[in-house]
Amino acid sequence: MSLALSKGVVKRRGKVILGPVDLALNAPDITIILGPNGAGKTTLLRVLHGVERLSSGALTLSKPDAQARQEQAYVFQSPIMLRRTVRANLAYPLELIGTAKPVIAQRVETWAERIGLADALDRHAPRLSGGEKQKLALARALIREPDVLFLDEPCANLDGRSTREIETLLKDAHLRGTQIIMTTHDLGQARRMASDVVFLLGGKVHERGAAGRFFVTPETPEAQAFLNGDIIE
Amino acid sequence: MTDIWAGLEAAFWLIVTLDSDLVEITLRSLQVSVTALVFASLIALPFGTWLAIRRFRYRRTAIAVLNALMGLPPVVVGLIVYLLLSRSGPFGVFGLLFTPTAMIIAQVIIITPLIASITHQAMRELWAEYHDLLISLNTTKRQRIMTLIWDGRRALLTAALAGFGRAIGEVGAIMIVGGNIDHATRVLTTAIALETGKGDFALALGLGFVLIALALAVNILIHSLSRTEQEGRW
Repeated sequence: MSLALSKGVVKRRGKVILGPVDLALNAPDITIILGPNGAGKTTLLRVLHGVERLSSGALTLSKPDAQARQEQAYVFQSPIMLRRTVRANLAYPLELIGTAKPVIAQRVETWAERIGLADALDRHAPRLSGGEKQKLALARALIREPDVLFLDEPCANLDGRSTREIETLLKDAHLRGTQIIMTTHDLGQARRMASDVVFLLGGKVHERGAAGRFFVTPETPEAQAFLNGDIIE
Repeated sequence: MTDIWAGLEAAFWLIVTLDSDLVEITLRSLQVSVTALVFASLIALPFGTWLAIRRFRYRRTAIAVLNALMGLPPVVVGLIVYLLLSRSGPFGVFGLLFTPTAMIIAQVIIITPLIASITHQAMRELWAEYHDLLISLNTTKRQRIMTLIWDGRRALLTAALAGFGRAIGEVGAIMIVGGNIDHATRVLTTAIALETGKGDFALALGLGFVLIALALAVNILIHSLSRTEQEGRW
């Protein structure tokens, strides 16, 4: 699915948080949105997914809006767990679209196995560890096999092992055809995952390009400074 | 102190001997209050949840009015229901005055705002927690309400129990619309009021203890059935 943001602006209490942004994202990529705190990464991600409205500008999708929304999923930085069991959390997105119960049961088992929670299916999800919650949130997002998956710093506050497990799941999903659009603070993760980089600064797209080129020869001094680990605003 | 001991003794013998009048008015109390609770919950739970997730122009005013209605004076509710159901009132033709149905109607009016308001408070917090996820999953309004009601069912149970507590202990309104007629509309609270008026404090206290025990028993029963206190059971 391709997404195109045209002159997108988000304002809060009269202050411009994002934009104007012109950005086109295409299906085969793993797009990583980079930038310092307050650059507008999360806002851009939420706008692209449609959970945040544009103050002005337009978001154009390659599919009808209702269909596109059903084929997208979003993983939040702080995983939101339904106050239910792991099994019920995994089943929930499928129940919403009326999937048959045997299919739900089979997919829940498969995904629980895949994220290492097969023995925890009847545990109360909010009581899982941070890493387990994030894996569950990711599995819940992927269980409908979305065309596009948005992730807002999915590995923030996770240890190396959990980060590696999540990256493996993401790469698997990408191989199965899911387009991935993700924000991260972790440059190492960005280097490992990205095929396409969007560098945001002050709510605007400061630089955009293929990951291979961006990480070796960034075009702007700000991007270079960011990659060097310097503090930029 | 003597009256309290006498009351406890009276309550003990009323229960042990399964006094037929006590059984009858206890069952009627339960019937009226539980029926009122069911109808009030059917209105208040979805309404309170809807109010938590829906944004509209006069939402704050609606919430303020709802909260204010929690303090509805039962006697005034009783009076209004009496006027509506009396022979000359708009619903007089149904002949409901001085029947358990009239008592149920009055109790529904009294406890619905209470249940709706507690529901709204609980659902508002849950909605703040779930908002992004449910929007992101492209849920319909109905799916959101059903999800919140299901996941917030323990808070809703508390709301319902608060409503039950108010209903079972209510006396002013049901005295007016029920008339405290023996073998017809007499319930525990109106019987207590009657016995107090007659100066039979021991029996009044005895009935009072039965009423308290009944309220506690229903609370404990519902909590144990819904396993609210059992860790890890969801």
